Amino acid sequence: MLQVTGLSAYYGRAHILDDVALEVGAGEVVVLLGRNGAGKSTTMKAIMGLVPPAAGSVRFAGTEIAGREPFEIARLGLGYVPEERRIFTGLSVMENLDVGRRPATAGLRPWTPERLFALFPSLGAMQDRPGGRMSGGEQQMLTIARTLMGNPRLILLDEPSEGLAPVVIERMAEAIRALKAEGLSILLSEQNLHFAQLVSDRATIIEKGRIRWSGSIAALLEADEVREQYLSV
Amino acid sequence: MENLVLQALSGLASASSLFLVASGLTVIFGVSRVVNFAHGSFYMLGAYLAYTFVTQLPRGHLGFWGGVLGAALLVGLIGLVVEVLLLRRIYRAPELFQLLATFGVVLIVQELTQMVWGAQDLLGPRAPGLRGSTEVFGLRFPLYELFLIGVGPVVLGLLLLLFHRTRWGTLVRAATQDREMVGALGVNQRMLFTSVFFLGSLLAGLGGALQLPRESVNLHMDLSIITEAFVVVVVGGLGSLTGAALAALLIGELHAFGILIVPKITLVLVFLVMALVLVVRPHGLLGKPEVAARGGQGSAEPMIGPAPAALRWLALAVLALAVVVPPFLGDYAISVLTELATAVLFAASLHLIMGPGGMASFGHAAYFGLGAYGAALAAQWLGAPMLAGLALAPVAAGVFGLVFGYFCVRLSGVYAAMLTLAFAQIAWSVAFQWVEVTGGDNGILGVWPDAWAAPKLVFYYLALALCIGATLLLRRVVHAPFGYALRAQRDSALRAEAIGIDAFRTRWLGFALAAAAAGIAGGLFAYGKGSVFPTFMGIPRSVDALLMVLLGGVQTLSGPIIGALAFTGLQEQLVRLTDLWRLILGVVIVALVLFFPQGLAGAVRARWEARHGDA
Ligand SMILES: Nc1ncnc2c1ncn2[C@@H]1O[C@H](COP(=O)(O)OP(=O)(O)OP(=O)(O)O)[C@@H](O)[C@H]1O
Ligand SMILES: [Mg+2]
Repeated sequence: MLQVTGLSAYYGRAHILDDVALEVGAGEVVVLLGRNGAGKSTTMKAIMGLVPPAAGSVRFAGTEIAGREPFEIARLGLGYVPEERRIFTGLSVMENLDVGRRPATAGLRPWTPERLFALFPSLGAMQDRPGGRMSGGEQQMLTIARTLMGNPRLILLDEPSEGLAPVVIERMAEAIRALKAEGLSILLSEQNLHFAQLVSDRATIIEKGRIRWSGSIAALLEADEVREQYLSV
Repeated sequence: MENLVLQALSGLASASSLFLVASGLTVIFGVSRVVNFAHGSFYMLGAYLAYTFVTQLPRGHLGFWGGVLGAALLVGLIGLVVEVLLLRRIYRAPELFQLLATFGVVLIVQELTQMVWGAQDLLGPRAPGLRGSTEVFGLRFPLYELFLIGVGPVVLGLLLLLFHRTRWGTLVRAATQDREMVGALGVNQRMLFTSVFFLGSLLAGLGGALQLPRESVNLHMDLSIITEAFVVVVVGGLGSLTGAALAALLIGELHAFGILIVPKITLVLVFLVMALVLVVRPHGLLGKPEVAARGGQGSAEPMIGPAPAALRWLALAVLALAVVVPPFLGDYAISVLTELATAVLFAASLHLIMGPGGMASFGHAAYFGLGAYGAALAAQWLGAPMLAGLALAPVAAGVFGLVFGYFCVRLSGVYAAMLTLAFAQIAWSVAFQWVEVTGGDNGILGVWPDAWAAPKLVFYYLALALCIGATLLLRRVVHAPFGYALRAQRDSALRAEAIGIDAFRTRWLGFALAAAAAGIAGGLFAYGKGSVFPTFMGIPRSVDALLMVLLGGVQTLSGPIIGALAFTGLQEQLVRLTDLWRLILGVVIVALVLFFPQGLAGAVRARWEARHGDA
């Protein structure tokens, strides 16, 4: 579904990503693991076209998307859920969802606000509340719901567990599994291995802008030295 | 009492018109973050087009109202074209470039309008059905004014419905907060921006068209409405529709009652209120603090180093020519050279604020003009000799630089640019309206040098010595500890504070120093020309200074000097060769912003570095 090869990206003159390669198959959940500042968010932004890729290829559903504009990439069915959530604070929950609305995608059940409220019940109880007056957990759910309104085939989910209480994290994991069951592919970025292993099929580890390791979650749990080297704090 | 009611009503009518224009401006700013100078030109075009339509179409309701709406619609389309051709390409450019580019459009529209409609004022017909007056609270009040009072709230209501009850409106509000995110959700921002621009321009056009029965249509409408619209939008809070409505009400009434209380200085009053609001609420009445612009790709500014040896030799050669050649020139050429010298200092002083200081100024002409008026007033009213006048010039400009700067340097970005503009407009309106002292539009004449400096050549050498001396002094300042402090606070106010630099004081002093230097240039300019006029402080002159700096490039110290020489030389040639110089200047500005965003010196340096390898 998504193949990234040789991707490199810069902020100004700072070389942030170097020769990044990763792959997400149809219906698969892949986690991009790495410490603070490893380049997880930048990888997602480069895939989404928010940071221009300086070199490399990004293929999505058979189409080369490197160098395209974010809105075109989104229209091809790639959803982006930013780490900072970026809720429209002046807009109500319903209006936030409305901004994300796009036509249905063939082969996937179209998302409606009702279905999203079933997935995230707490959102349903605050449809008219301005996005600025929601808790962090609620905002995290809203930002995912907003992206789902675009009926994407694959979503880039940047650190959804960050700053959430353990109970909320549990619920987030359930929601992600529910999305996977719907047939959605997911590229997840995480520092929290515990959370990642609850939902992911495979893992890719990034460190200082380079991919250091790729394999199944089971293999990662076996490979103590890899976890030691790249993930422990 | 009766007078007060009538005054309040006519204040409401102006507020309504003002709101139409300001609402378009604020909505456009909200999504695009561009402060659109050309908005006033769209207003003017609306009035001119309405004039043509209404006088060409058959008389009667259809002819009049059809003409007004047709003009508004056409202006909307013109705005759309301007957005697609120009603004779309500069959304990521620094704010001053955007202001400048849209000011280029102002110049182009002005010239084209004059070509099509001529320079004389045009008087349109009255609105059919709204010709007479009616009784309000037992007082006679023009029907058309009453109609205008109704238009404002109706348009506000429609806009609020549009923004809160349609998906398009939701998208616009979302983009006002975070346009990049809106794009990542699959919305084509370009279409959104273009449509917003269409709507905003249409509102400006409508505002202008509706003035037809009220006042004459003329070529000054653009700048006079845009400054007021800026005030309204800034006071209301950039991007806030209800804020604009509130501020329009405030400013409209202030005008109406200001005339009763202080007939001479209504403009000053308006700008003072703006300054006051910004000091108390830096983001206007209902504005939100600007989120650090997302998606901007600010690249680190290169350090300013000493001039390369080649450049220094070139400068010396030019200077030698400037000293040796003039005795062989005629009086006219010598006066042009004198003007060039003052232009160099004027540009160098603005550069201190913008380059090393990292501040925005859209009203630097104020200090040039204050220097000129300081010298001229001293000569006129105190009979001061020339040297005393020249000494007073930087003092006058510097003192006002301290006062105005105290407020301006607290703000940043668009708000700072707007406040500097407001202060410059205050200075301009005092010079313009206080006729007894300043001579108003007629200026002060007969400001000639003392006998010993009366020969053009002698005065030229004096001007050259003072301007080069002051410019070199400014360069020294940039490399002195104060200059390092100035740059340190520009790069990071927090880090500067951490190493013991008082960022506010540094900016403040830098601003005042630049003002004083501009004052020297202004004083010399006054004696060189023998007269001073309010235009010395007008927006166009502030833009001249900006152009010189940006033409040369902000990043280099030699930039403003090259820019001043290039700009003044170009203008001199153009004015002589063609009466279309505004048109050409406008095109040059737009081209400069589009193709040489780093300025001429920047472009040359980029080539130099490319050729000699960038270490
Ligand atoms: N806008 C920016 N400008 C310059 N450098 C940046 C910018 N954003 C991130 N960086 C740098 O790029 C590198 C990678 O950052 P990135 O945000 O991709 O890391 P991350 O893996 O997502 O970290 P985190 O877990 O903290 O979210 C870091 O060194 C960071 O300092
Ligand atoms: Mg991150």
